[in-house]
Amino acid sequence: MTVGSALERAAREDGPSVLATLVRHLGGDMALAEDALQDAYAAALATWGRDGVPDVPAAWLTVTARRRAIDRLRRTRALDERIRTLEALAERDGSATAPHTMDDDATSLTDDRLRLLFACCHPALSLPARVALTVKSLGGLSTAQTARAFLVPEPTMAARLLRARRKIAKARIPFEVPGDELLAERMRGVLAVVYLIFTEGHTASDGDTLTRPDLCAEAIRLGRLLTELMPDDAEAHGLLALMLLTDARHPARTGPDGAMIGLADQDRSRWDGAAIAEGSEALGRSLRLGAPGPYALQAGIALCHARARSFDDTDWDWIACLYEELHRIQPTLVVALGRAVAVSYARGPEAGLALLDELEGERALRGYAPLLAARADFLQRLGDGPAADAAYAAAIAASANAVQRADLAARRRAAGG
Amino acid sequence: MLLIYGDPSEAPAEAGSPEQIQRWFDYTRELEESAALRGGEALQTPDTATTVRVRDGETLLTDGPFAETKEILGGYYVIDVDDLDAALAWARKMPNIEYGSVEVRPVQRFE
Repeated sequence: MTVGSALERAAREDGPSVLATLVRHLGGDMALAEDALQDAYAAALATWGRDGVPDVPAAWLTVTARRRAIDRLRRTRALDERIRTLEALAERDGSATAPHTMDDDATSLTDDRLRLLFACCHPALSLPARVALTVKSLGGLSTAQTARAFLVPEPTMAARLLRARRKIAKARIPFEVPGDELLAERMRGVLAVVYLIFTEGHTASDGDTLTRPDLCAEAIRLGRLLTELMPDDAEAHGLLALMLLTDARHPARTGPDGAMIGLADQDRSRWDGAAIAEGSEALGRSLRLGAPGPYALQAGIALCHARARSFDDTDWDWIACLYEELHRIQPTLVVALGRAVAVSYARGPEAGLALLDELEGERALRGYAPLLAARADFLQRLGDGPAADAAYAAAIAASANAVQRADLAARRRAAGG
Repeated sequence: MLLIYGDPSEAPAEAGSPEQIQRWFDYTRELEESAALRGGEALQTPDTATTVRVRDGETLLTDGPFAETKEILGGYYVIDVDDLDAALAWARKMPNIEYGSVEVRPVQRFE
C-alpha cells in the first residue's frame, strides 16, 4: 500500500474520530481542530514514506495534530486554557511518535463523535452548512471531495465550511450532547440532516445524472453510526432502514444509457438483497423500540415494495394504509402526493385524482413536477389521452433534472403512441 | 447579547397590559437570580431616536432611527452564559417571544 492510499484510508476511517477528539481537547474550536488535522495529514505524507506507516494511524494523527495545534495557538498568541490542556497532554505523550493505543480517548470516542455530530447539525447553522459540515467532518472527506459531492466549486465549499466553523466558535455552539429537554428535538434535526444527505444523493435535485451514490453511501454510513451512538432511538433505526431499503433499488433505477427506470419496470432481481435484509432488520429494531415514527413508516412502505415479487404483486392496500398513518403524523404535501399515488393503485386512478385535486389548491405545490407527473399518469391510466399529454408537457417544463425530463418525455411519447 | 425586536402594529392588545409588564419584571428578576445578567435596558420608541454620522469632518444628524423597519429594536439584555444553547433558552423565554423576535449575538472580546 502506498503512503498516499494508507493516508487516504486513515483519513476516511479514523479522521472523524480524531477530529472529534481534537475538538474536545481544543474546547470546541472546530476550525483549529480541522486545521491541526490537516497539518497532521501533511506531516504524515512527509514522514510515513520515510519511517513507515504507524501501527495505529489514528493515535499518530491525534498526537501529531495536538502538537500542531500548540504551534498554531502559539503563533496566534492565544495563550489560554486550551494551550495548557494540550501541553499537559503533550508532556504525557513524551517523545513517543507512534503510540500504540488511543489512550484514554478510546472510551470516550463514541461521545466525542456524538458531540461533533450535534455541533455540526446545530439549528443555529444554515441547512446547507449543516449538511456540508456533517458530510465533511463525520465522513472524513476532504474539502475537494465534499465540494464534488454537492456539485459546487471547491472555493464555494471552503467558504461555506469556514463560515460555519467560525459561527460555531464565535457564537459558542456547544460541543455537547444536548440535555434531556432539547435532546428529542435536536435528534430529529440530526436525522433530518442525514436524510437530506441521502435524498440529495438519491435524486440529485439538479445536474445531469439521476443519482450521486457517493452521497447515499455517506448517508448510510452516518445512519449506521447514529444507530451505534444512539442505540435506543427508534427513529435512528427507522432512518437507517429507510435509506438501506431505498438504496437497495439503486442498481435497477437507471438503464445502461443512464435513463431512469420507474418502479414498475425495474428488474427486481437486480435489487440489493443484502441491503434489503439489513434494512429489514433495522426496521425490526425500530419497531421494537417504540411506536413507528415518520422514518419507520416510510421504511415500512419501502419494505413492502422490496418484498413484492412484481409491481402488480405489490400490496397497495397496505401501502395506502401506511401512507394514511404517515400523513396523519406528518401532513406534508410530499407525503400527501405519495398517498395519492398509493391510493390510485389501491382504489383506482379516479380516487387518486380526487386527492390530487385537493392538493392542487395548495400554492406551494403549483408547478411541482412530481405532482404534475402523477396527474399525467393517472389521466393516462383513465384513458384521457389529450389531458394526460398536456399534464406531461407541464411536468417536463417544471422539472430541473435532465434525466427526469428525459423520462417524462419518454412516458409522454409512450402515452401518445 | 439578546436584542429584542418587535413590530408594534403586530403586537397583541395585551402587550402593554399590567400582567405582561409584570412578566418582564419577573423575567429580569429570574435572569438576575441566575447570575447570568450583565446589563440591559428597555428603549424608547424609534421616533425619539437621533442618528449621528460624521462625514468629511461634518457632523450629520438625522431625526429617526438608523433604518426604518417594521420590526424595531425595543430593548436588550447582556447575559453571560456557557454556550449558545443556554442563550437560546433565555431567548425562548422572552415575554414577547410569541409575537416579537430575539436576535442572539455573541459579544466580541478584545484580548
